[in-house]
Amino acid sequence: MAKFDKNDDSLFVIIGSGAGGGTLGYELAKKGIKSVILEAGGRHETKDFSNDEWGMFGQISWLDKRTTSGDWRVATDFGGLPSWIVKAVGGSTVHWAGASLRFQPHEWKARTTYGDVKGASLLDWPIDAKEMAPYYAKAEYEMGTTGTNGIPRLPGNNNFKVLEAGAKKLGYKKVHTGNMSINSKPRDGRISCQQIGFCFQGCKTGAKWSTLVAAIPKGEKTGNLEVRPNSHVMRIEHDKTGKVTGVVYKDKDGKTQIQKARIVAVAGNSIESPRLLLNSESNMFKNGLANSSGEVGKNYMRHMTASVYGIFERPVYMYRGTTMAGIVQDESIHDPKRGFVGGYELETLSLGLPFMAAFLDPGQWGREFTASMEKYDHMAGMWIVGEDMPQSTNRVTLSDQKDQYGMRAPNVHFSDHKNDIAMRNHAFGRGKAIYDAVGATKTIETPPYPSTHNLGTNRMSAKASDGVVNKYGQSWDVKNLFVSDGSQFTTGAAENPTLTIVALAIRQADYIAGQMKSKAI
Amino acid sequence: MRILDKKSISRRSFLKGGTATALGLTIAGNMVLGKSSAWAASFDNLGGDNAATLIQMARDIYPHDHLADKYYAKVIEGYNTAAAKDAKLKSMIQAELKKINTASKKKYGSDYKNINRELERVDILKANTSSPLFGKLRGDLVTGLYNNQEVWPKFGYEGASADKGGYINRGFNDINWLDKV
Repeated sequence: MAKFDKNDDSLFVIIGSGAGGGTLGYELAKKGIKSVILEAGGRHETKDFSNDEWGMFGQISWLDKRTTSGDWRVATDFGGLPSWIVKAVGGSTVHWAGASLRFQPHEWKARTTYGDVKGASLLDWPIDAKEMAPYYAKAEYEMGTTGTNGIPRLPGNNNFKVLEAGAKKLGYKKVHTGNMSINSKPRDGRISCQQIGFCFQGCKTGAKWSTLVAAIPKGEKTGNLEVRPNSHVMRIEHDKTGKVTGVVYKDKDGKTQIQKARIVAVAGNSIESPRLLLNSESNMFKNGLANSSGEVGKNYMRHMTASVYGIFERPVYMYRGTTMAGIVQDESIHDPKRGFVGGYELETLSLGLPFMAAFLDPGQWGREFTASMEKYDHMAGMWIVGEDMPQSTNRVTLSDQKDQYGMRAPNVHFSDHKNDIAMRNHAFGRGKAIYDAVGATKTIETPPYPSTHNLGTNRMSAKASDGVVNKYGQSWDVKNLFVSDGSQFTTGAAENPTLTIVALAIRQADYIAGQMKSKAI
Repeated sequence: MRILDKKSISRRSFLKGGTATALGLTIAGNMVLGKSSAWAASFDNLGGDNAATLIQMARDIYPHDHLADKYYAKVIEGYNTAAAKDAKLKSMIQAELKKINTASKKKYGSDYKNINRELERVDILKANTSSPLFGKLRGDLVTGLYNNQEVWPKFGYEGASADKGGYINRGFNDINWLDKV
């Protein structure tokens, strides 16, 4: 395993080790480019995980100081926890469910397809489905996505079978166990899924792809990648010409360190990445680094989400097996006749009893609530995930409150767009219909959980005035500064974002290698 | 389909040292609420009356008739321990319970815990949801009650599965009633 010098200014420095940062580090390492990944969290390996919802929540979640505002219910119920993401090596790929769906062609062109939606700051992505296709293929191969590369789909569990039976009764056609980056057969040195459940708590066998068990160890083996855990980056530094030169971070002992760099890539997820750029303000960049457009932190998206739980006369035991065990894709289309633009996916989801108590209807108490809880073993559950509208007023800003290192904490402001509400109501109706079709005695509409899909706060644009990065995730203002996570998303599409983050990082690595070779950066 | 017996108490959870021992209390399953003297010895910092009131409130917030008092008492035992070192917490609990009992007497003619009808007690609680005690108790119960491994079998939840080889051979896809609906 490589160990690089802090004064080595030829290094590529990546901030964050999740889907974007972990993948970028691995791809650069394969090309012989030496990188250091600075990860704010610790390194917890597969053996350190437990099938314990609150235990793992405390162990791996990002729980640093954050504040919230806006009319979303998360601000009321979980004011200090706008997002539910991971602070550990592997980032949120440690707790992701594994759903790996490509964007649909029209979703790359949201502004053109949906038109001028009032109150939305829609743009077309500066890239399209054709350009992304080979990178999606590479990402699916790396991640071992089921339903691609000849890899069989996973078997459906009880929770999926309920969803499937109801959906088919309603005439839905695109119903299957998903494109999942979870091994259905042994592959890439990792075993196949044992249907343990607890996918959100860190996979206990390593069957689920994460940068922790795949990209990072493979990158480290090349000798070109160092992952430095417990390294919390506070600011990015630059020289007189405006090029970035390194980063200031706190090490595991809370000591301030400087890591020099030739190039820096930011991949701290869509709350921390813009926060870091804003906290890196200087005399030269008074509004924050890479922010001449004023777009850093704006257009925060979190997907239109919600859940439906159905209660049945007979048991389901939805928690047995893969957490996200199947999908209905028929509503993931653009059909404005439904009363909204964009579409949504319906994906099975289960929570254990402890999390169900916290999330089924946050803040609720009394007999109605406990009657539902007593039917926990008779429940089936689905998660709704759809495209939400980017709005410039939904944004990450710097709060007056400070984190444990004295840096200004992020405030996350979010309010639903009318389109988001119309889509959610439609999806609630379809979810209820699916469960009613197979005899549900009660269905429960569960509000969004703290955000797991955080997107859009350093968006990619065709013009420097519209966004923060160009079509390769390169800052419009600072040529040797990149954004490599979901914050570069121009729009969110309906699909779970990880596959697209990985595909963009693979593509970005190709671009970076070319730019370095030609000495452009 | 592998169906769990929700009434049986799992031997395993006893062997692992479940709630009752962790509490350091000997609470009989059939202990009757409202008899403050029964709680007094175990809740030395809060006092038996206060403890019994809190336990009744806890049950009224998350009423599960198939759960014995000891599961609710566990959360209150935490308050009793904390109150020994936290004077602020202790006085907040005492002051809030006084308010609740005053309201209970005014409206229903007795202390909260002695109001026989659940609906009437819930009525008192509904008028107090913005109080610091209600917020704390409700929040603490979410984890204190539902994250207690001893109650999981009673809800048909099996908990950790990796140590048993997952569900691949233990019923992850054994649902057998769907074709009948």
